[in-house]
Amino acid sequence: MSAALPGAWISDWDKDSLDTDEMVVNMGPQHPATHGVLRLELRTDGEVVRAARPHIGYLHRCFEKHAENVDYPGVLPYADRMDYVAAMGNTLGFALTVEKLMGIELSPYVQTIRVLMAELQRIASHAVAVGTYTMDIGAFTPFLHLLRDREKVLDLFEWTCGARLLYNYNWVGGVSHDLPDGFVRATRDFLREFDSVTFPELLELIIHNRIFVKRIANVGVCPPELAISHDLTGPNLRGSGLARDLRKDFPYSGYEAYDFEVAVGKGQYGPVGSCFDRNWVRVAEMRESSKIVHQALDRLEKMEKTDVHEKVPKRVKPPKGEIYFRSEAPRGQLGFYVVSDGGINPYRVKVKSPCFAAMSAFHHLAKGMMIADVIALIGSLDIVLGEIDR
Amino acid sequence: MSGPEAVRGLIQNRFEDGLIVTSADQLINWSRKNSIWFMTFGLACCAIEMMATGGSRYDLDRFGILPRGTPRQSDLMIVAGTVTLKMATRVKRLYEQMPEPKYVVSMGSCANNGGPYWRHGYHVLKGVDEVVPVDVYVPGCPPRPEALLYGLLKLQEKIQEDRVLRKRGLTVGSLAGATLDGASDVPRLAGKP
Amino acid sequence: MDAGAIHDALVLRFGERITSAELEAGSPFAVVRTDAIAEVAAFCKAEPALSFDNLMCLSGVDYPKQTPPRMEVVYHLYSYRHRHMFALKVQLPRENPAVPTVEGVWGVANWHEREAWDLFGIVFTGHSDMRRILLPDDWEGHPLRKDWQDPEYYNGLHVKPTPQMVERVLTGEPIGVGPFDFTPENRHVEEP
Repeated sequence: MSAALPGAWISDWDKDSLDTDEMVVNMGPQHPATHGVLRLELRTDGEVVRAARPHIGYLHRCFEKHAENVDYPGVLPYADRMDYVAAMGNTLGFALTVEKLMGIELSPYVQTIRVLMAELQRIASHAVAVGTYTMDIGAFTPFLHLLRDREKVLDLFEWTCGARLLYNYNWVGGVSHDLPDGFVRATRDFLREFDSVTFPELLELIIHNRIFVKRIANVGVCPPELAISHDLTGPNLRGSGLARDLRKDFPYSGYEAYDFEVAVGKGQYGPVGSCFDRNWVRVAEMRESSKIVHQALDRLEKMEKTDVHEKVPKRVKPPKGEIYFRSEAPRGQLGFYVVSDGGINPYRVKVKSPCFAAMSAFHHLAKGMMIADVIALIGSLDIVLGEIDR
Repeated sequence: MSGPEAVRGLIQNRFEDGLIVTSADQLINWSRKNSIWFMTFGLACCAIEMMATGGSRYDLDRFGILPRGTPRQSDLMIVAGTVTLKMATRVKRLYEQMPEPKYVVSMGSCANNGGPYWRHGYHVLKGVDEVVPVDVYVPGCPPRPEALLYGLLKLQEKIQEDRVLRKRGLTVGSLAGATLDGASDVPRLAGKP
Repeated sequence: MDAGAIHDALVLRFGERITSAELEAGSPFAVVRTDAIAEVAAFCKAEPALSFDNLMCLSGVDYPKQTPPRMEVVYHLYSYRHRHMFALKVQLPRENPAVPTVEGVWGVANWHEREAWDLFGIVFTGHSDMRRILLPDDWEGHPLRKDWQDPEYYNGLHVKPTPQMVERVLTGEPIGVGPFDFTPENRHVEEP
């Protein structure tokens, strides 16, 4: 039976005569793959994203207001909770900033402990990053493997300072607990297993896996000029080919004495600066961190121990002044701008979080990709909303 | 002990193998408590501990508890992390999207009462029980995975005491503030007049 | 280039639009006149000797008790080419603070300036998208100002700490120091 209406049969339709419209899709604050409470408003033409607008602030916990109302050592627990996946880096950054303002120099023993803890934390943080990234892409097993190995690092932290996730470990002028006896041997055991079993298994299982590579190798390419203009730092910048690492350029806490390489994205499977490159930088950094931890342990065995509390001031009262200091956190350059008026509470603490800058470049990177690739992009930028929203 | 405990002691497992005698409520509650599917509502640091609890060391799957991404298919909402004022309306909306019977576990001190941000946090909700009724509060900052497991086991005990077929009025869930006598007939959100 | 040379280059080009400088501070800075900041920023990026292609941080600071009472916007700059750092400051009045935007020079300034507007109320003229970023869109006030008072309610939710918590503090009960106090001996504890 032929229809009376023109265009009623599909064979009558012409693709260009169809009326299409753009749709606004919300990837709301509760989403299994947005790494936290991030809301993305996507304007899509079918499956292709034309514009993406991230909305943040769902975890704004008023860190800067708290920092003005508690004293300097009291800011450290709040700083821990900003980037909660890599808490050692936050307290290290703040403690270094205040120490620079006060002019405190630490003994090599304390500096080595700080480097050791920061690099172990980098391994644990990148394990979470890569694990959750592969879970977003669809592979559940690497997530479980990496979390199992991260638990071993957390065991070491718990043995030292009593906490698994938020340690309040780096104090202004020292660290909170000295390393227990047997720590060096236990860490070497962990590293031996990490270097010989976990890391090769990770490479073989997922990083060079054909499906994983096909999914992320040509997606989310970030050219170096965009990266610098939007202040992408850390693995996001190094994934675009620029070998810039604060531990080499402006070393702090004794990093100049360690021998390690800066991992850079080389475009193994696609253009330089793709999601694969950023992820690859994180994986390679895990290996470099393991090298640094080996060297730190060698130093610790030969070094004489000093009291970890000897330079902790009885009352932290920096002189009037201001300073901006940045350190290399696992997610990028974490900067602290501290203004002191000579009192026991800071006058102003402003945190420049690396993920905040990464999200500011998001809508430039997400144009023209499909919705499933947006998930791959978010995971490759490795954002933690606690740090973006503070 | 009176009520269901005494009945359980009298007639259960008194017959030969292969025959189980129990009350309908016991059976329904047993099956519900051993298969709690929770909605991953990780907001902040406690979400990482919730992930670790679901990992291989502190396995949640052995209790039948597994994460679902959508509220439409979940029984439990673990509010893990700080609830901000911007997020509070979304928490309430997600709670309303869950089908009955539904439970809420408030994990961590931020969800219990605002946590370390209670004093100067102008954007922090001082406790998620301002917007949703909470069944179990798990303290800690963040609570260890063992603590969260203990809280979930306590929730299982609470579910076991539900009155599903026994008394009319309070048939679904155990809402905060409700008593076993069914005294309050209309469940209300805690904290609101 | 060190801070002194950078300052000289700026003064050479802009004269008295660079009002003052403090080169001995932890982070050396120069104070720029408010209407000239966009030009100075573009010069800092384009000039080959300076080449400040990276804006590390943009912060607002509120100084109500200084003479004159003012708000400042601090720009921390870094150059990937020459590896040197410098800071620029702009001083604004506390009523209706306004400063030209630099988002055309550094892309990340877009979000930093939105945050400064959100938390301090500093208007960035010429900004493409001047709206709140961290707080809800219907929030009233700018919380990081020094004269901020917590409101009672926001859309029916309590904002201030609940009365039970506040009472315990006012009666002098030392909260947080329980029977297991692990403070090491040489740490000074502030008496309540």
